[in-house]
Amino acid sequence: MNSIFSMSRKDVITFLIFSAVVLLMPIWLQPFGAAYPDLMQKFAIFGILAIGFNILFGLTGYLSFGHAAFLGAGSYAAVWTFKLFSMNPIPALIFAVIIAGLFALAIGYVSLRRSGIYFSILTLAFAQMSYNLAYSVLTPVTYGETGLQLALDDPRIADAAFGGGSDVALPVSNLFGMVNMNGIPGFYFCAIFLIIGFFITQRIFASPFGMMLRAIKSNQNRMSYTGFNTRPYTLTAFVISGMYAGLAGGLMAVTDPLAGAERMQWTASGEIVLMTILGGVGTLIGPVVGAWLIKYFENIFSSFNENVLHNLFAFLPEGIEKFVVEVTSMFVGEGWHLTLGLVFVLVVTFLPGGMMEGYRRIVDMFQKKDDGDGKASTKSDAATAPAE
Amino acid sequence: MDAIFLQFLNGLDKGGAYALIALGLTLVFGTLGVVNFAHGTLFMLGAFCAVTLRKLLTLEQVVLDTENLTAWGTATEIRTPYVEAWFGDFGTMLVDYSVPASILLAIPVMLVVGVAMERGLIKHFYRRPHAEQILVTFGLAIVLQEIVKHYFGANPIPQPMPAAFAGAADIGAALGMEPNVIVYPWWRLVYFGFSIVVIGAVFAFLQFTTFGMVVRAGMADRETVGLIGIDIDKRFTAMFGIAAIVAGMAGVMYTPLLPPDYHLGMDFLVLSFVVVVVGGMGSLPGAVAAGFLLGILQSLASMTEVKAIIPGIDQIIIYLVAVVILLVRPRGLMGRRGVMES
Repeated sequence: MNSIFSMSRKDVITFLIFSAVVLLMPIWLQPFGAAYPDLMQKFAIFGILAIGFNILFGLTGYLSFGHAAFLGAGSYAAVWTFKLFSMNPIPALIFAVIIAGLFALAIGYVSLRRSGIYFSILTLAFAQMSYNLAYSVLTPVTYGETGLQLALDDPRIADAAFGGGSDVALPVSNLFGMVNMNGIPGFYFCAIFLIIGFFITQRIFASPFGMMLRAIKSNQNRMSYTGFNTRPYTLTAFVISGMYAGLAGGLMAVTDPLAGAERMQWTASGEIVLMTILGGVGTLIGPVVGAWLIKYFENIFSSFNENVLHNLFAFLPEGIEKFVVEVTSMFVGEGWHLTLGLVFVLVVTFLPGGMMEGYRRIVDMFQKKDDGDGKASTKSDAATAPAE
Repeated sequence: MDAIFLQFLNGLDKGGAYALIALGLTLVFGTLGVVNFAHGTLFMLGAFCAVTLRKLLTLEQVVLDTENLTAWGTATEIRTPYVEAWFGDFGTMLVDYSVPASILLAIPVMLVVGVAMERGLIKHFYRRPHAEQILVTFGLAIVLQEIVKHYFGANPIPQPMPAAFAGAADIGAALGMEPNVIVYPWWRLVYFGFSIVVIGAVFAFLQFTTFGMVVRAGMADRETVGLIGIDIDKRFTAMFGIAAIVAGMAGVMYTPLLPPDYHLGMDFLVLSFVVVVVGGMGSLPGAVAAGFLLGILQSLASMTEVKAIIPGIDQIIIYLVAVVILLVRPRGLMGRRGVMES
């Protein structure tokens, strides 16, 4: 056995359960009414995004408010590969990850000179710059407001050389001309990357490198005093995390080949932060759970409209029914973000460790009852900012 | 030269808005030590105070005129706002001046909102890490803007300025230059003057009143002020209210320049944070200076001549300045030593 694959027993079990849960999604999501491909693809893609963000924020405590820039860069890179090279997703993803990585290297190199809130603002500034440039000067590359799309007369060198693709309809990305990347196969394609991504994260968490990052989070000054140069470590974490975002952006393009600048806007970065916090910062599974929950409820809540509500509350007396519908309609449909914001405020206030901390607290409560010695005092993995 | 001067003027009103928001942000940070991501939302709420007041003032009374029939044979509807029906000319004037009049509405509303926000939520985050402060106020900002979106819709709602200020001032002629070269809309001039007055008032309040003195002392050393027996928390809460009022008034007066919509606050917030960082975290004069500086820089960068040299510079200049400042002089232009330095 290679040393890379020597995992602790607990890790192996976690990994196997996680893989099973992801791969069996089409089955166990059925009762929740969420087992259709589009949504599951989103689950996988945003899972990757959140995992990657967690490597940076969860381990080092650096709160980046500009992660969407890497997502956007990945999407653009992937779509351009589709246009110029081939509809095969593999080269597109490789290119997306490389571009996002380089992008992250440049931004991280500059931003990581500062920590705390200054780091957040620097990343925010860079992301806004990318977003503004994508809308204005870079329109030849990004196609500005219309967004980057496939066209019939794209060169697609490799596809042309092998005689693939038709001239009548817009091509769909496919794996070596065999499997089309929409629907269920598309989901499995993304799911495999999610599992690989999860595996790598697990390894990072368990490695000395991960330990080093945690040490930086708990006290960066002390690390420096002991003689460690912390910046290469944080930069590596930043780049890895950017590459995850690039991969997610690439996968977005694979499942739906277009890219727009709004993916880079800072509200998109905010969404990534929301997912990670909601699930549980610094835990392995938390961010994925957060991403799934947000995407699931976004889907459910957004589909509610007044009619559905009227049907739902039809059993109430007329006056009360009207009032209830009026109130609830604020929180569903268009108002879904209101619910999200409220939940987020509550989570940050009362449960800074997110869902995972909630889960641990519940487990502790029951264990306390069992053995009665009451020593269960789990320390929350709440996000503490790096020493300033 | 004229063009540069004109752009310089153009930057003043935007700079005024940045300066007012950044001033509030800095006040909150300097007193409570809280990084408030919801501050831009207060600006937006102020703007919607103006929208609300105008809506109320223009509620119309419909009188059917059966003498004059329309082409369809129905009675002509004569619509007059109630205020005009009740108060006559004064009512007409009130509708015309709805934007400045909204300040009177905005002050109590923003005070209540600000104090409620501070006592209800931010109070619990004094001693928690900055990252969590950012996160919780970010969540709060989402909540507030979604509520506004629910009641006012997603589209921008234009607000007319008073008719007297609708034109443009020929500043060039007033300064002895050729007429009609440097023409500047009156309302922008009003906004600039207004921001100067408000900023002056805040500084005077801090400088010349006992209350302000205590607050300044608390900013310098909170514990000692507490030991003297002063309830500094109460005063800091009041300062949060004042910061909210400043942001709200800034929002009210800005509505004729930019039709407000629900994400107005977020757009300004990002820029204002940059302004605060450039000015120096915790420095009030720094925030004001940086606000005007960046407003002017932004409008200079949007000159065609500049854009011809560096395309796209107008879009990124503010962020670029922030990046350079943060790297070269991390405590900002006028930041005090030791405030949030790494």
